[in-house]
Amino acid sequence: MTLILDGVSVRQRGETWLDDITLELSNGLTTVVGPMTAGKTTLMRVAAGLLPPDSGRVTVNGKDVTGISVRKRSVAFVYQQFINYPSLTVYENIASPLRLDPRFRGDGIDRRVREVAELMGIAGLLDRRPAELSGGQQQRTAIARALARPVDVLLLDEPLANLDFKLREQLRADLKAMFADAPGVVLYSTADPNEALTFAAPTVVLGEGRVQHTGDVAEMYDHPPTLAVAATLSDPPLNLLPGVVRDGRIECLGTSFPAPRAQATGHDVMLGIRPHQVRIDRDGPGALELPAEIRLAEVTGSATFLHLLLKGGRHLVAHLPGTRPFTPGESTVAYVDPAHIFVFDEAGGRLLSTSAAEVDLHG
Amino acid sequence: MTAGTQVSGEVVTAAPAEPAEPHETRADLKRKDNRAWWLVLPVVVSVAFTAIIPLMTVVNFSVQDVFSPTERVFVGLDWFYEAVRRPENREAFVRTLLFSAQVLLVEIPLGVAIAVAMPRRGFWVSVALVLVALPLLIPWNVVGTIWQIFARADIGLGGWTVNNVLGIGFNYTLDSTDAWITILVMDVWHWTPLVALLAYAGLRSIPEPYFQAAQIDGASGWATFRHIQLPRLRGVLTIAILLRFMDSFMIYTEPFVVTGGGPGNATSFLSILLSKIAVGQFDVGPAGAFSLIYFLIVQVLCYVFFTVLTRSGR
Repeated sequence: MTLILDGVSVRQRGETWLDDITLELSNGLTTVVGPMTAGKTTLMRVAAGLLPPDSGRVTVNGKDVTGISVRKRSVAFVYQQFINYPSLTVYENIASPLRLDPRFRGDGIDRRVREVAELMGIAGLLDRRPAELSGGQQQRTAIARALARPVDVLLLDEPLANLDFKLREQLRADLKAMFADAPGVVLYSTADPNEALTFAAPTVVLGEGRVQHTGDVAEMYDHPPTLAVAATLSDPPLNLLPGVVRDGRIECLGTSFPAPRAQATGHDVMLGIRPHQVRIDRDGPGALELPAEIRLAEVTGSATFLHLLLKGGRHLVAHLPGTRPFTPGESTVAYVDPAHIFVFDEAGGRLLSTSAAEVDLHG
Repeated sequence: MTAGTQVSGEVVTAAPAEPAEPHETRADLKRKDNRAWWLVLPVVVSVAFTAIIPLMTVVNFSVQDVFSPTERVFVGLDWFYEAVRRPENREAFVRTLLFSAQVLLVEIPLGVAIAVAMPRRGFWVSVALVLVALPLLIPWNVVGTIWQIFARADIGLGGWTVNNVLGIGFNYTLDSTDAWITILVMDVWHWTPLVALLAYAGLRSIPEPYFQAAQIDGASGWATFRHIQLPRLRGVLTIAILLRFMDSFMIYTEPFVVTGGGPGNATSFLSILLSKIAVGQFDVGPAGAFSLIYFLIVQVLCYVFFTVLTRSGR
């Protein structure tokens, strides 16, 4: 089973929502990750056939389906909102797509409904109506409805975004197991990089309606090729500091470190620093030293998020393990190992060292 | 009593559980609560003058036979028995109930159908809204006057067309059925837009993904309506049915203007009969009893409607 998007563009009200998307998806799970307004939902809707693209082609199993109505395609869709038929019981909701499928009749429908309900852990709720379910149960019903009928293309558009934290973790683990034996192409979109990293599936990074990068998500996390990819896959958000190249070194806020690649003096660069790479205690020589004022300390229980104000009004967030007392207003020094700093050029491309021995260390 | 409880009793005045000084604490709370009455008072006064006092006057009339302002006789519940027994009243009650039933049967499905057919987005939304809302902007008595002329067989566009183009004899001033149909069509014309607008608002509140999900499932137009739109309209339709029932059960101005209750008694609804007794004959005793029964009927039927509509389909 293959789903191919070939040069797909969507323009609405003078804005470009999708810009020349070309993707080739095969059986199994593919994750689409991107910030809000990246075009994830539009991409899903085009892939489903709910929205005809303004240009480009959509092919399923080698057959051009661009102009074919969604009714005639073999797709299932799970929405961010919990979409179920309000007047039908959970059982009937799950059965509804099967009733129109000639492959299922009588007992077959009943068996399949119970099987999927069992799988999603809602077997005890079959007689209830959606209004009598919790949010997590409603979304489980919606997913069960999508899984019931074997389809060529299963689309899930941020299905866990409206659930609370614990339910999300639970359902995420269940979904990963379920996608493993889905018969067709599964496309899963999310704004949460942790979700993409957990699924560890082939990943498409989407930004501003364009494919920023595709590949293995862990690889992209460790070696982000562009600023957009690094920012999309960082949660908490990537710290960005401006720098300038001077004599083979990069200067940033009064301090400097060797540039990963020779660049002409005077070039502006952008430094990307993941919050968990910032230290408050000196741990070894060679670290970049950034004097800072503590603005706010957020203690989450297992970690502390320290909001720092640097020279020139720049902000830096440090993700420190454990809980430690900090007093807002106090001065401190933030240390960052240059090996953990991503350097991006003006266009947002990553400056990598020319030597094969990569400077970055994993994590 | 220890110093500690005293302190907490002083500081936490809003804690009635404190056993140390219960009287003082309660008195404190009472004094605070009483101030809220000043906020309620304007409402109490205005409701008293607009609803309670007039209603009590009616109750007062209903148990007396009033010959003149100084000559009254207490008659107990006589007027109530008479109001229930009079065949004229019973006929008017059945007539009004039949009219309300027909109004609901026509206006609710028609209103929903119009709402479903209205465009969901784009330029035509505003056009459709204005066109649909137009009848609602016309005052009741003007609606009556418009239809009185429109339906006339001699000079009215509608009446003339029915008679001379369709070839059906139609004259609402002579024929009871024609008069009934005229009033019914007029009410449908005047009030279906209300149902349509309420239903349209309800439909617009349904998130787009519901329709997409139905499309993906290959659901037919009817199935989409039955399983997505209709369940989601329950709330607004409950309101629409209650409003249309109450209004049509109390209809007065339009038939008063168009037919005056005639021909004969064909369009004498309860309200028209009531005003004849109260204002025309100045029988305030029987009219008082009549209105109280009328009031109770509307209350009870609305309660029944509301209970049935909110319970069913759970």
